[in-house]
Amino acid sequence: MSKDVAIIGAGQSAFVRGYAGSIRELVFEAFREAVRDAGLTPGDIAASVVCSAPEYDKQRSPAGLLAEYLGLNPQPCFTVESLCSSGTTGLRVAYGLIKSGLHDIVVVIGFQKMSEITSAEAQERMGRGADIMWESPFGSTMPAYYAMHARAHFARYGTTEEDLALIRVKAGKYGKLNEKAVYRKEVSLEQVLNADTVAGPLKRFDCCANADGAGCLILAGADRAREMSPHPVWILGLGSASDSMTLSGRRSLDGLNCARVAAEQAYAMAGVGPQDIDVAEVHDCFTIAELMAYENLGFAAPGEGAGLIREGQTYLGGKIPVNVDGGLLSKGHPIGATGCSQVRTIVMQLRGQGGPVQVPGAAIGLVHNIGGVGIYGNVIILGR
Amino acid sequence: MGFEKFGRKGFTSQTRVSAFVDYLEKGELCATRCPACGRVYFPPRADCAGCLGSGLEWAKIEGNGSLVSYTRVNYGPAGFESDAPYTLALVDFNGVKVFGQLNADVPETAVRVGMLLQPAVVTLPGGQVTYEFLPA
Repeated sequence: MSKDVAIIGAGQSAFVRGYAGSIRELVFEAFREAVRDAGLTPGDIAASVVCSAPEYDKQRSPAGLLAEYLGLNPQPCFTVESLCSSGTTGLRVAYGLIKSGLHDIVVVIGFQKMSEITSAEAQERMGRGADIMWESPFGSTMPAYYAMHARAHFARYGTTEEDLALIRVKAGKYGKLNEKAVYRKEVSLEQVLNADTVAGPLKRFDCCANADGAGCLILAGADRAREMSPHPVWILGLGSASDSMTLSGRRSLDGLNCARVAAEQAYAMAGVGPQDIDVAEVHDCFTIAELMAYENLGFAAPGEGAGLIREGQTYLGGKIPVNVDGGLLSKGHPIGATGCSQVRTIVMQLRGQGGPVQVPGAAIGLVHNIGGVGIYGNVIILGR
Repeated sequence: MGFEKFGRKGFTSQTRVSAFVDYLEKGELCATRCPACGRVYFPPRADCAGCLGSGLEWAKIEGNGSLVSYTRVNYGPAGFESDAPYTLALVDFNGVKVFGQLNADVPETAVRVGMLLQPAVVTLPGGQVTYEFLPA
């Protein structure tokens, strides 16, 4: 387990329905919080990696605009994109920039202002995150793709709609406590089960909400991190993998192979296993996505993910607390910001700054961030 | 040109596999096969990722397939609003998996993972051409 690159600052804007400002102002909120958290000034930052899915932005090439607004000129800046996993792809790039010796302090900025365009436009753009030649012409949507994974899981393993609903109930319990979440209400099992069907078996509360938001992480090499930070959080393991964009190319639909492969890489690099993880943030864009994550990350054997939520093992006090910040289901899912927000939650946990949702003594945490319906998968293991 | 005729709403007009639409118009749903290494591709492709060859041949998908998974979509994206509800399906034809819609007359209660289906070509109002799956 090597400690070469650490996260020394983390920030996040509130995730909201319609941010009453421009993308530069939205990003500034997360950036200022991270820079102050790290005890830096913008002049200390050697490079910036901007993470966003540009089809939501009216501004072309936002990295240039943001570097100017955040006072980061003349340092290099550029955008990376891997749909909903853009934030952790940015983290991977920043890790490489530091580990290679090119830069000593790199900022990762994830954002999305999804309300820049109408909801119908957003649905249409999301749909084009699938193969536009062979699948979009049938009216495919993101809920539909995850619903097909749910049906496949149900058919193979006997998982039920109620199992998925239990995941949403957990998200509501913790989302209520997260002052940066877009949806801060508890929901009952009955509410989840009786809601409108979006794409069967997924109903309204099985789906996360679109939101506007920004997240920011500041990374530093070992020497700078030790000198500048009283509580560096080390990147112990990084895994990243891909799978076919078309469902035709998938081995099976009851899990995400990109997550399995990324998890294996991250565990091997960190020299730890699933049993060593104290707290995890997983990509619960839909309830079924969290259930598959339990299995793909090795918290449960294949087909046994439902057992974890039935027994309450992914709540605080359980075997492996998952998404104790409310997850995407409660926080909302501003595409480019999501991965940065997930990493921030784990950073706070490992520093003991988790507040009412602190996992006592958390020393090793994991982030699972998925782009598209399992096209891109990033898994990151962090430690004190 | 030509590929814009495929599907309820097309997003692409130019591809080197636009003959897919010509085969559909003849009533055939086709994959492509690499003559050099034998790999079969659906969705059809013009180039082989295995041996890097081109000049792939058309291969008709025949027989019954098995339903891998499905979902009934109640809210369609832009351009599909009036089509909803419709059922999306992934069907496995002996290892070749095909994505599409289930015939609208199949009741939801009759749909089961593992059920046998066959493809049928459909011409839509306005001349668009597509395929769907019917119980075998």
